[in-house]
This record gives sequence, C-alpha cells and structure tokens, in this order.
Amino acid sequence: MTEQHLAYILRLADNALILGQRNSEWCGHGPALEEDIALSNISLDLIGQARLLYAHAASLETAAGGAARTEDHYAYWRTEPEFANYTLVELPHYGPLAGTARAEKDYAVTIVRNFLYATLMSHLWPALAQSSDAQLAAIAAKSVKENLYHVHHAADWLVRMGDGTEESHLRAQRALDYLAPYTNELFSVDPLEDSVAQAGIGARNGQLKAAWLADVEATLDEATLSLPAPGGYTSTGKLGIHSEHMGFLLAELQSVARLYPGAQW
Amino acid sequence: MVNAMQTTPLLDLQPETSSAAATSTSMAATTADAALAQAWAVLECVPDPEIPVVSIRELGILRDVRRADDARGTLEVVITPTYSGCPAMGQIKQDIESAMTAAGIVPFRVVSVLAPAWTTDWITAEARAKLNAYGIAPPQGDRPIAPGTAQPLRFVPRRGSVADQPPCPHCHSTHTERLAQFGSTACKALYRCLECREPFDYFKPY
Repeated sequence: MTEQHLAYILRLADNALILGQRNSEWCGHGPALEEDIALSNISLDLIGQARLLYAHAASLETAAGGAARTEDHYAYWRTEPEFANYTLVELPHYGPLAGTARAEKDYAVTIVRNFLYATLMSHLWPALAQSSDAQLAAIAAKSVKENLYHVHHAADWLVRMGDGTEESHLRAQRALDYLAPYTNELFSVDPLEDSVAQAGIGARNGQLKAAWLADVEATLDEATLSLPAPGGYTSTGKLGIHSEHMGFLLAELQSVARLYPGAQW
Repeated sequence: MVNAMQTTPLLDLQPETSSAAATSTSMAATTADAALAQAWAVLECVPDPEIPVVSIRELGILRDVRRADDARGTLEVVITPTYSGCPAMGQIKQDIESAMTAAGIVPFRVVSVLAPAWTTDWITAEARAKLNAYGIAPPQGDRPIAPGTAQPLRFVPRRGSVADQPPCPHCHSTHTERLAQFGSTACKALYRCLECREPFDYFKPY
C-alpha cells in the first residue's frame, strides 16, 4: 500500500506545483494589476499546497525505510517521467501551434484551465478531507477553503468573457474547445485511484465526474459557452508521459536548484 | 498531535501586564506553570510580520504552549499556518525563536500543525477592532458558497455574491464594492468605499 499511497500524494502535489508554476508566468505580466496579483496569489496557494504534500510524501517515504527526503527533492530533482501531473495543468497559456511556433499568452486559456481544474478540486478536496490519512485530510481541509476562492475567480471571469464581447466570447470558446478533451484524463480508469480509494486514503475521480460536470455546465450556461462533444484522445500526464511543453517548464523550475545544488540563502 | 492543542485554553492576558512580563527576565519563576505563563506573555508580544498591529496569538496563529514529554521539559510552541502558501510562516517562526531566546526561556521548539485548519473565526474581537483602526476591514461571517452544497453557482449579480459589503474602515459606510478578490497578501481582498471613495483591504473569511 505504501508505494501507491506515496504515488497518490505525489500526484496531488505535482498537479498543484505544476499549475502553480505555470500560472506564476503571469507574475509581472498580468492583463491588469488586479489580475497579476490574483494569479500570483493563486500560485502561492497552489505551491503552498504542493509543499505540504511533498513534505508529507517525504515523511511517508522515510517512515517506509526509504531514503531520507525533503520536499525539495521531489520538486527539483525528479525527472519529467517521474512527475505525475495531469497534462491539462502543464500546457502553456495558448492554444495548439504547429512546430516550434510561439504565441502570446491568452488569458482565456488561463481562466478556462483554472476553472476546469478548480472545479474538480472543489469536489476532490472535500472528499480527501475525510481521508484515513490524517495529514492528507488536514492538508485537504485547508485546501478546500483556498480552492473556493480559485473557483470563484475563474468562474467569474469565464462568465465575463463568455458573455462579454464577440472577441472575448470567441476566445473563451476556443480555449474551452482546446482544453476540454484534456479533462478526459481527470476521470479515466485509474488503478492507482482504485487502490488508494479501497484503502480509504484517496478518492476515485470517476465518482466525482457527474457533480463536476453539473457545476461546469451551470457556469458555462451562464457564460453562454458550450462544452464540445465528449470524446477525443485521453492524455497521459498522470502516467508520466507528458506533452512537449513539460520539459521546458521543468527546465525553468529546476534550473537554479541544479546550477547551485544545496544553495542556501 | 492534532487534538492536544485544543486542550489548553488561550490565556487572556492584558497587553500592559504581558509587556511587563516580557521585559522581566527574572528566572525566579522556576516552576513549570510559571515558565509556561512567562512564555505566553513573551509570545503575546510577537506581532504578525505582515500586519504588525495584531499579535500572532490574536490572529489565531499561536495555538498552544505546552511542555513536551521529555526529560528536559522542553516547551513546545504550537503554531498553525493561515494560508497553505503563506510566506510569513518562516518569519513568524524566527520571530518566536528570537523572542523566546531573548527572554531566556529554554529549551523550546516551534511545532507547526495543520489540523484543525486555521479559520478567521479565531481572530479575537480586540484584534478585529485593531485591524479596523489600521485600515483593514475585519472578516465577516460569510464565506464563498461551496459549489454543489447550498445552491447552484450564481455569479450574477456579482456584487455581494462572494462576500457581502464590509463596512469601510475609514468612514464606516456599508456602501462599498469589491475591486479584486485577491489583494496585497493571500488573506486580503481589495475593496473601495463608494461614500468616501477610499480603497481599503478586506481580511477575507477563511
């Protein structure tokens, strides 16, 4: 059980860290000062959640007789295939591009992604607050409160964009069409979830899907946006098989730690 | 570790007596209870690094001071983080260590616990008055509605949907509006008073 337990905690932590890192790209570059601060604050919450989870993972690994770890080990010294975050949270802030093309960040992508993820967590964190793992339950109970503000922030903007101008509606719908297929991975069959759910530690996302979908559709209605038809491929980030964007993100995240190992300041 | 911190009620020391106790380093207080009381008095004077008008005890960050179950009788200072990513936690730990060391209360260690999760309900009435005088509207009772619990998510009309209108800390008008849900620190939102036109911080319910 310990191996799956550890893997599940790391998956939760990786999602929080990678989305926090991605959203921090808006720090100093937000579309408005208030949004710059909002995204920085949301990233701070996510990275804070990741730190608590990584520290918990380190204590689990040490208790199981493994190597003595710290939270930094998981964030800075693992390689891309060892990260188990959903592909959704690692994608850049713009839609699909051919080859090595680059584009400006699009706030619609940022908002739609945060909305889809935070809505899932608004069901998953309360479930995990009942975990038999007391430390995970404690982290979840804090995260429930923080996540509420994240959901409201994203949903508020989604309604403004979707029910806004022709341009904002178009971009919000385009972002939704792009990102919606990546939510398949959030709910796909998952042996890891099965084993931790049986042990009373974790939850099966599949059982949260109906509630997630109801929340998503209620806000999309208000935003005059529509989910694309279900289907498409299922991404595989949680299995460690990531998109082409993940390596660049990690290179930036880990560069200082790897240039100056053990640096203190 | 989780429940032990609830067993000792927080001491309700007057600021005058606590500062007097903090400056007194008389080690005549050798009994266990006296050392605990001295530690409480010293910690009463440790301010929050971000909002220095209130102490960490008044904000509910300081949860307990207790004696560890070891031969040396180590004192444990129990704290809990506000937001998961609160960057002030490191500073708070350092401030506690400096205050305890300066007062000669050793040995001690600082312990951080997560459960029960910190809540703005723990902010004392005195602290709320101090926040208000400092220009920060204290938290009201209402939190954002959890999706799928009380009612379906509704974001229109937006004003009043997340928090109601906190009274302006400058002119006390309740005719205020939210400018941004996220403010200068993780725990605050930015509001504007529609009467006196002054912007102000609002301590978000958590």
